Amino acid sequence: MGLRSFFDRVEPHFLKGGKWERYFPVYEMVESFLYTPKTVTTVAPHARSYIDMKRIMTYVVIATIPCILMALYNTGYQTNRAIAEFGASGWRASVIETLGIGFDATSPMANMLHGLLYFLPIYITTLVAGGIAEVIFATARKHEVNEGFLVTSMLYALIVPATTPLWQVALGILFGVVIGKEVFGGTGKNFLNPALTGRAFLYFAYPAQMSGDSVWVPVDGYTGATALAVSASDGFQELAARGMTWWDSFLGFIPGSMGETSTLACAIGLVFLLATRIANYRMVAGCLAGMIGFSLLLNWIGSSSNPMFAMPWYWHLVTGGFAFGLVFMVTEPVSGSHTNMGRYFYGALIGVMVVLIRVLNPAFPEGMMLAILFGNVFAPLIDYFVVQANIKRRSKRNG
Amino acid sequence: MAHKRREMLIDPLVDNNPITLQVLGICSALAVTSSLQVAFVMALAVTLVTAFSSMFISMIRSQIPGSIRIIVQMVIIASLVIVVDQLLKAFAFEISKTLSVFVGLIITNCIVMGRAEAFAMKNPPFESFIDGIGNGLGYGLILMLVGVVRELFGSGSLFGITILETVNNGGWYVPNGLLLLPPSAFFIIGLLIWAFRSWKPEQVEEREYKIQTVETH
Repeated sequence: MGLRSFFDRVEPHFLKGGKWERYFPVYEMVESFLYTPKTVTTVAPHARSYIDMKRIMTYVVIATIPCILMALYNTGYQTNRAIAEFGASGWRASVIETLGIGFDATSPMANMLHGLLYFLPIYITTLVAGGIAEVIFATARKHEVNEGFLVTSMLYALIVPATTPLWQVALGILFGVVIGKEVFGGTGKNFLNPALTGRAFLYFAYPAQMSGDSVWVPVDGYTGATALAVSASDGFQELAARGMTWWDSFLGFIPGSMGETSTLACAIGLVFLLATRIANYRMVAGCLAGMIGFSLLLNWIGSSSNPMFAMPWYWHLVTGGFAFGLVFMVTEPVSGSHTNMGRYFYGALIGVMVVLIRVLNPAFPEGMMLAILFGNVFAPLIDYFVVQANIKRRSKRNG
Repeated sequence: MAHKRREMLIDPLVDNNPITLQVLGICSALAVTSSLQVAFVMALAVTLVTAFSSMFISMIRSQIPGSIRIIVQMVIIASLVIVVDQLLKAFAFEISKTLSVFVGLIITNCIVMGRAEAFAMKNPPFESFIDGIGNGLGYGLILMLVGVVRELFGSGSLFGITILETVNNGGWYVPNGLLLLPPSAFFIIGLLIWAFRSWKPEQVEEREYKIQTVETH
């Protein structure tokens, strides 16, 4: 118990009157990361639960593990495949060569390691840049740094393209943490998803690298259209002609932002989140229903000039960031609706919006990010109407 | 009196800024700040219109019937705006084209109307003129600050002169496209308000709600 006694020994310095009083949030961060949060409810209702904030956040991070593994594998796989055609360049290639691993796209080991060389720098940059902002705010505003940031940074790292320059990664997460969360008072008070806010900042600030109509395979000379862009220009049937099957898309062996290509990995995460009841099934159900219903409607309407109308719902499900957004962003409890009835509407609104943006807006091939942010903004309004309806119902019943 | 006039001129710059404290005139601040030159001309136009309309309204303030005062104010403001618009078209046609509808919309700029209604109707012409200049400068100051950020980081230049060589021209700076879109001014003005209120805490508004605290035992 050496560590615990070390914490007990230094703790008084950080408490009120101690010499490092100002740095209490930093101490608290390290201590609660290793043990349990200090804040416990002291007044009624004395409900007891093992699900505290730390556990919720940790569970979400655990749920992203399949996506992370898939991100590592697929990034490396896509890169190695492109290298076979175009040749290798850059510092990552030299590292791989020095280690003697090689660029064999059929070897899972080589793929994983190559993917790691893309994922790690982005993830570390995210943690450092966002972490500094969090600690500054926590120190100035005297609140705690909590595990929520680990979730934000992990999700953020998974939804940026592998080719993003690191300074853009840092700028995006700073924007997400400061504008998306801290200006509103920190964790639990953010009405937008911070990771998506950062991603949206990059999307509008550097559209050349981020627009989502050409793929992000990090090899010089490799260009190509994403599944959604192909569907938008030539129809989804064209995907098969380009060697992209539905199963590839479902399993995640297609180019895209690092963590979001694999619907299967997201589905595993979803099962975990639903089983632990961190994610609310109502939002998921609403979102799926909205997406499926609206795409069926568009299939039925049809259009001779816009091939996206004919895209079936099971393709919408596996392309772009739909699955990832559905599992990790739509279900975020803080920025979504808080009433059970409202959650269905909130989910459905996002589901409809995704299809609407993808199909009817030629400027944006992908709509999940914008749809979720749109849903976030409307969540309080939806709650308001649900609460009002309930008041009306009860006052009618009770006169 | 001289001291008071100086205050009238300086006060709207920071302590009583029409944009950051009163949050007026946001619409044009979003629309015209993507380049400094345009922002400067706009600030100049608004300053002149505010100053002269306040002065003229103040001159006839005791003749204006209360029930139609807004219409009278609008007539004066609109006439001045048309003068400014024509001047711009005659001498600075290019800028006038970029400003397009926003010169005409000075008529509905809340700052101009606000000063006419809140100050010029109750004060003598010269004071009203000074007050108009002061508020125009306060508006201009924010416009220029927002314009500097947006033009410098959005296209790498100031007043059209290249400061940060962009990648497209063979330099190193990757311009931030978000700053060229009008909504970015929302963020910048928001951050400016935040900075101003951290600097001068007396500007912070009182909360409209109260968080209930329960005594802990």
